[in-house]
Amino acid sequence: MEYFFGLLLGGLTRGSIYALIALGYTMVYGIIGLINFAHGEIYMIGAFTALIIASVLTIYGFSKIAILILAALVAVIYSSAYGFTIEKIAYKPLRQAPRLSPLISAIGMSIFLQNYVRLAQTSDFLPFPNLIPEFQFMKKYEHIFSSTELMILLTTAVVMIILTLVIKFTKIGIAMRATAQDRDMAVLSGVDVNRIISMTFIIGSSLAAIGGILIASHIGQINFSIGFIAGIKAFTAAVLGGIGSIPGAVLGGFILGWTESFATGYVSSDYEDVFAFALLVLILIFKPEGLLGKSKANKV
Amino acid sequence: MEISEGEIITLIGANGAGKTTTLMSISGLVPPKSGEILFLGKPIHKMSPDKIVSLGISQVPEGRRIFPHLTVMENLHMGAFLRRDTDRIKKDLEYIFELFPILPSRRHQTGGTLSGGEQQMLAISRALMARPRLLLLDEPSLGLAPKIIKQIFEIIRKINAEHKTTIFLVEQNANLALQAADRGYVMENGSIVLSDTAQNLLSNNDVKKAYLGL
Repeated sequence: MEYFFGLLLGGLTRGSIYALIALGYTMVYGIIGLINFAHGEIYMIGAFTALIIASVLTIYGFSKIAILILAALVAVIYSSAYGFTIEKIAYKPLRQAPRLSPLISAIGMSIFLQNYVRLAQTSDFLPFPNLIPEFQFMKKYEHIFSSTELMILLTTAVVMIILTLVIKFTKIGIAMRATAQDRDMAVLSGVDVNRIISMTFIIGSSLAAIGGILIASHIGQINFSIGFIAGIKAFTAAVLGGIGSIPGAVLGGFILGWTESFATGYVSSDYEDVFAFALLVLILIFKPEGLLGKSKANKV
Repeated sequence: MEISEGEIITLIGANGAGKTTTLMSISGLVPPKSGEILFLGKPIHKMSPDKIVSLGISQVPEGRRIFPHLTVMENLHMGAFLRRDTDRIKKDLEYIFELFPILPSRRHQTGGTLSGGEQQMLAISRALMARPRLLLLDEPSLGLAPKIIKQIFEIIRKINAEHKTTIFLVEQNANLALQAADRGYVMENGSIVLSDTAQNLLSNNDVKKAYLGL
């Protein structure tokens, strides 16, 4: 029974990270209908930035909690700047182009960023310090659920609640939803769509950076290619839940996390990805729009 | 073409004559290939759409274009997107709820669940929430029951009378439009071929034959 709960909680942790990254995919898709394949790289850049800041601050003897907060803050700002710039350079000029062009541009961006980090940093795996403090009261449960995992769950829960409140109640959130539903009408209401698109990239990139720091702390090492597989998995989660749907991305993340966790625990860790993608194929066969996705009615 | 303050002007013409394009050009969504658009003496044809809205030009586009998954209240707040004067927005909401008493009871419903007539009322209300000086209406009668059409046209006249809002009405239903308007323009293949007072157009033989079905 304890083993089962261990897998359940492990899947939840994993799923919440997928959900954080999947939100970026789904929000961007909702607004401009583009799969931002460079999104995984933003997550990787977030982790690298946090590593650099944390290393520097450790030399200067900052306390652990100060390092965590500062590293996270800088990583979020830095990644947001990347997301914002990528949109301006690689997607905005192609907004009137056929749909395939920005997609190819996105893949190009992804390859470019990976290799840029490989050249600027290193192609080796780098050890990543655990930035997350150990909680004393978690000692008893250490063998099934660590402090780091608890922190991952709490952080993603808080971030998702904040995001939901922003999307639901703020002016910019309502404008984002309006733009996703009918861009021309949003423009006619006075919405500056360029600003909304930039905001979407900034929010998505911030979430990815937070995910990057959390998972790197958990796993303990990073390299330039971690964004690729995490990006593919998060993209899978977004499609599972219904791309364009925010609750869908979260649900898809958790389902994917659990699938992988239980497949690893009860079958073999070699089959982790097989189960994840088999699930995707099954859902796409029976519910092509994803679990919570809305099938697009043809406009009359 | 010219529209004076406080007027109701109509643009009539057959399908594909360029009526909707004219409105979209005024709103800045389809920049004109040539020519100028002046609003209160200033050229606006090179401005971005949000700038044009902030100058006081709102549009109720063809097909209503309600945000289907936003609630009625959220749709109305989208109309007031560029405004910062919270108190005045509240007052305008009250005024709109008086104008369309059906809307307050629907305020938490999503736009897509409203009937066609209710959506048209919401679309007009949304445009009014921007406090426009010029209100552009594209085919407000499209797909609505005659009784609702009558109600909507009464309200259009009321808005014009009470707020001195200038109204530019594009309609295929020429009879209806000319009865509501002060003056009218007739458009064919993208250019204005006739311009006169609404009264004269209603009795013009060519107009009668081509657009009024008499």
